[in-house]
Amino acid sequence: MADKDIALMAHLMRRAGFGAQCDELEARAAKGYEATVEELLHPEDHPNGLELDLAERYFIEWNHFTRGVPEYCTFRMINSKNQLEEKMVLFWHGVLCTADSKVQSYVTLYGELEMFRRRGMGSFRDLLVEISRDPAMVYFLDNCLSHKGAINENYGRELLELFSMGVGMDGKFNYTEKDVKECARAFTGWTITNGIPGQPYGRYAGKFVYNPADHDEGEKTFLGHTGNFNGEDIIDIICQQPATARFLSRHLYNYFVADDAQVPAWMDTPPQDPETIKMLEDEYFRSGYDIRSMLRVLFNSDAFKNARFARIKSPIEAVIGTMRLIGDWTEPKPGFEPIFDEMKHMGQEIFNPPSVEGWHTGKEWIDGGTLVQRINFIADRVGDFNYPGVQDIITKLAAEGPTLSPEALVDGCLRMLGHYALADETRRMLVEHAQKSGVLRTDTEEFPPQVCQMLQMIVATKEYLYA
Amino acid sequence: MTANKKPPVLVVLQMSGAYDALNTFIPYSDPLYMDYRPMLKVEPEQVLAVNDEVGFHPAMAPLKALYDQGKVAVLQGIGYPNPIRSHFRSMDIWHTAEPAKMVTDGWLGRAIRDLDPNKENILTAVNFGRGLPRALAAPGVSVASVGNLETYGVLTGIQGEDQRTEALEIFARTYSPAIGSGAVNDYLSQTGLDALKGADILTSAPQMYSSTQEYNRDLFAQWLKNIAQVHLADFGTRILYTGVNPGTFDTHANQNITFPKLWNDVTSAVSTFYHDLKEHHANEEVVILMFTEFGRRVKENGSGTDHGSGGVAFVIGDAVKGGLYGEYPSLKPEKLDEGDLQWNNDFRSTYATLLEQWMGLDSKAILRGSFEQFDFIKG
Repeated sequence: MADKDIALMAHLMRRAGFGAQCDELEARAAKGYEATVEELLHPEDHPNGLELDLAERYFIEWNHFTRGVPEYCTFRMINSKNQLEEKMVLFWHGVLCTADSKVQSYVTLYGELEMFRRRGMGSFRDLLVEISRDPAMVYFLDNCLSHKGAINENYGRELLELFSMGVGMDGKFNYTEKDVKECARAFTGWTITNGIPGQPYGRYAGKFVYNPADHDEGEKTFLGHTGNFNGEDIIDIICQQPATARFLSRHLYNYFVADDAQVPAWMDTPPQDPETIKMLEDEYFRSGYDIRSMLRVLFNSDAFKNARFARIKSPIEAVIGTMRLIGDWTEPKPGFEPIFDEMKHMGQEIFNPPSVEGWHTGKEWIDGGTLVQRINFIADRVGDFNYPGVQDIITKLAAEGPTLSPEALVDGCLRMLGHYALADETRRMLVEHAQKSGVLRTDTEEFPPQVCQMLQMIVATKEYLYA
Repeated sequence: MTANKKPPVLVVLQMSGAYDALNTFIPYSDPLYMDYRPMLKVEPEQVLAVNDEVGFHPAMAPLKALYDQGKVAVLQGIGYPNPIRSHFRSMDIWHTAEPAKMVTDGWLGRAIRDLDPNKENILTAVNFGRGLPRALAAPGVSVASVGNLETYGVLTGIQGEDQRTEALEIFARTYSPAIGSGAVNDYLSQTGLDALKGADILTSAPQMYSSTQEYNRDLFAQWLKNIAQVHLADFGTRILYTGVNPGTFDTHANQNITFPKLWNDVTSAVSTFYHDLKEHHANEEVVILMFTEFGRRVKENGSGTDHGSGGVAFVIGDAVKGGLYGEYPSLKPEKLDEGDLQWNNDFRSTYATLLEQWMGLDSKAILRGSFEQFDFIKG
């Protein structure tokens, strides 16, 4: 298997998933790149390999929804073989945002995540309909407080601004304040049956209900169309808009391909790679708003394949990727919560995006506190050869021969971490450092700590902040 | 009072979990208090009274002692419009000073930007705890966040002192902006080098420090000691932040057991901190704000108290004009807000007072609005 194929597979798995160990990369590369993309795009055809029965018996609180849903997601992200499915759940959670800080009902949020799992790679229209009926969302953006004759604009506005079209495109506004109001009118009557959050309902999922008596049946004019629109009609009109194609394409690009401007800047800042965005927009319309088709085009494009290390890893990617690398939490054991807390301390708390706008990405993940947290967390783990994944790295490097040159140590560690590339100067410094120990004998007791220390130094580099 | 030569310093103590205002600052002579709290009431003779009506919980004796010296302002009935009884959202509101909508930057983050617009000091603000509170976050603002001052630093997991020193030298060189290119690379380089430099400076603080004051072993007391160490090391730090872990004061059950111990621990630590500053003649340089996210339900649930609104906060220091501020909210059933104390002064009034009168900052931009100020800072 050619190194460059495995390196490409490492890239794909970092983006379409949360990274993978060497053996998995080799196996997937042997199947082929496009075949792997297809497999990832069709989780329904492939077992996810998760032993959730066991996990749910162990983590009892998962079933009772007293807590544990973030941990449940974390466990799935670490262990599911259908990595893209989990990655898409996280993607939609960061775009169609709700937050536990307001909803305060894990069972309702759980329902939303399962919906993302069902709909996350299907039709964008269907997804918008489902999110508009999602009890967590109805409550989070106050659509349950929007009534015929007394609208609450919150959901109507965010549906346009943050979930589908964006404020503007190419320097022009995409809709007017009147459109927001008309949109909100069309969604009156889309409400929930029982109150979330709080006792005594806290542990029962909220339920969507359409209340025709509270629906505004009057004529509405939305984006130039006039009629007695209901919510689904509004979504149909939204989906036809070029702005929606642009908005979704830019989100997918930022999440999978490369860091670009943040959402609030999109009206005035054109995409850094207009050709790739155009390609995704075209596929959006060609496929009838099919997200899976857009992802297929994206992963098979040269722009994607060439965009190595062009995104700063999110805290969740950093933590889950580390777990998958070192082979920890492949099965339940005590002490899972701290893992979830680590992501929070690095600036990304699952179920609590900082606002309805979701998380800002790229360099905004990194500040003095979160950088130290991230580096130390990863370095502490790759520096511990009790973890099976670290042991495996040491065994594989030792198998290269009785001795290892300083260059071979550095390059071997980079390869084991997922074919990372360092700036020439950085690599040279690490080689010089390794040279101080001379040629390494791979059968000595010193070898494992030497490998671990090199891994620690690599994961502390600027380059390793990227995926 | 001697001239305060050093720039003013604000210490913010976040008492997470929502301490029970009614049993913290107790309206002991109001018969309704006894009715609402058959199990949890503190008997009038136990209350550390400050007048005929109200007084501190007996476990707060160290704070009462500071009050008696005129160094504690009690902000009664503090809150914000449309109280929310979610810990996270309510804390978020206190952090961002924005009750109406969700925003991502914090009031102190914005204050730090005004204190150090050219980012001349990487230690303008320091947090002690796990993870940075949103109060301290703002775009372009870098705040050191320290879990343990003695062991704080980059790559602390590398075994062997020489090995680690060498690893950090390489770290510093690989974070040179000369490696790589572009604005993001420059930013990452600067952040990495600042973190390294900040850690170097910060970890020197305990070595410079000596004191006869003995802090308790609990984490909060140790973080207050770290705050004293950093302040006394003269790094130019202007804002220091710490608190108790999320949920600590969330006394839904067994309040009679946990609550007194918590307040005893917290107020003892605050008192030790104050006397530590005094021992080093730094007591005039620091003002402390101690707050929680909301109050608790007036009527007890039999063993504890559930989430409510209308709280009490404290501002402590030599520069403080001690006394009572705001009104004590009425306990009359018709005056309660869905069974909770009705707030009567916006928490942003306290923020504005601290920012303007103590820190010398323009509060309007930081708080995104103009708020009536108290006069609890000595002129």
